[in-house]
Amino acid sequence: MLKKRIIPCLDVDRGRVVKGVNFVDLIDAGDPVEQAKIYNSEGADELCFLDITASSDDRETLFEVVKKTAENCFIPLTVGGGVRTIDDISRLLHHGADKVSINTAAVENIDLVAKAAKKYGSSTIVIAVDAKKNGDKSWNIFTHGGRKPTDIDALEYCIEVANLGAGEILLTSMDRDGTKIGFDNELLSTVSSSIDIPVIASGGVGNLEHFVEGVLKGGASALLAASIFHFGEYSIKDVKTYLAEQNIAVRI
Amino acid sequence: MKLVIINYGSGNLHSVHKAFEAVNNNLENPYEIIVTNTPSEILNADKLVLPGVGAFQDCKNAIHKIDGLFESLEEVVIGEKKAFMGICVGMQLLAEKSLEFGECEGFGWIPGEVIKIEAPADYKIPHMGWNEVTFRNHELLNNISQNTDFYFVHSYYFRTQKNENCIATTKYPNPITAAVLKENIYGTQFHPEKSHNNGKQIITNFLEWEPS
Repeated sequence: MLKKRIIPCLDVDRGRVVKGVNFVDLIDAGDPVEQAKIYNSEGADELCFLDITASSDDRETLFEVVKKTAENCFIPLTVGGGVRTIDDISRLLHHGADKVSINTAAVENIDLVAKAAKKYGSSTIVIAVDAKKNGDKSWNIFTHGGRKPTDIDALEYCIEVANLGAGEILLTSMDRDGTKIGFDNELLSTVSSSIDIPVIASGGVGNLEHFVEGVLKGGASALLAASIFHFGEYSIKDVKTYLAEQNIAVRI
Repeated sequence: MKLVIINYGSGNLHSVHKAFEAVNNNLENPYEIIVTNTPSEILNADKLVLPGVGAFQDCKNAIHKIDGLFESLEEVVIGEKKAFMGICVGMQLLAEKSLEFGECEGFGWIPGEVIKIEAPADYKIPHMGWNEVTFRNHELLNNISQNTDFYFVHSYYFRTQKNENCIATTKYPNPITAAVLKENIYGTQFHPEKSHNNGKQIITNFLEWEPS
């Protein structure tokens, strides 16, 4: 049986790991390569780096981090943040990323999704969606790291990018991100039940039960978390053991 | 001994190279690992690895764009019967044809065709993530337990014409070919380079393999 994936996410700023609470108040939590190695040995199913470096001059640090991680961790690595062009994707893949996640650039230029999927294969292209509740069963997407609102409906957008060849949706609830009150399972199930490609749940996980709910209520194929792992509240193994006890298939 | 990893611009080339290097460094008699698309170097290979991600046709075209690449591969693998391993699309290319984006011819080294995964509506496509593999006993699967998880990412799979060429399968929920074998020609649908320690074992087995 296909396993539900547990994916620790590292927010990386100028080569260092940080994690925001509601996208602000960043706290340094270490060296990404060292953290990645730990997660790799703990049984993470994949790793995710989100580069939040503001200045493009400082972006080169990311490539070095990706390269070193890929040389040490033999599990899939997704890298996102500031990916704007086919060339950006190509450079990340060349440095050892397995998948590239695109956010703002896909909203501004939807053609990029189809182009990237055609060139590198659907399974390489993850579309990251930051969604905020806008009413009953309705969410709008935000761009620019959650700073810029749009009037684009999250569900319609996810359906569109899936049709264009995206391989996966990384769906972050902006309402829940950093709150530790659980994933927005209504958002997850609304999107997941409307598209064929896998949905990765993100934003809000605070305890073990939240992971279970993300699968059972949200219908997520994979569960992403950051601070809950970084600060040692729970290990990857804790999460997997708990999911297995609830009869959810995980790789132990 | 020379192990050649074919470079035709495949997205997983780097990962495959690094994983083979990591395993190779632990061997008693390590290989010289060469990443190349030069026919003269391919002709000197003792073992070959063909990575591949993306669309079947794009990979096939990329290979044929490089002068003499396919011909040198054919010479070493079919002519001289050197051990060959294809990974993901690199494995699918061994088929006679693929039905991804219309019909496209493959290498035709193992009878069968590459077709879309058929799964019930609540099964996500691509088949992406860790899934259990069952297999027939073979030295290429030494030190691997039945039902071990490997990392898959694909929407199409290789349906071999003969059962004997399918040596490993996974279920989604229908059986899907996970590895093929015909004499010296071997391929995995899953990504050993992304399958952590069990993936490294698969690579070790291939490096130690001497097809009869």
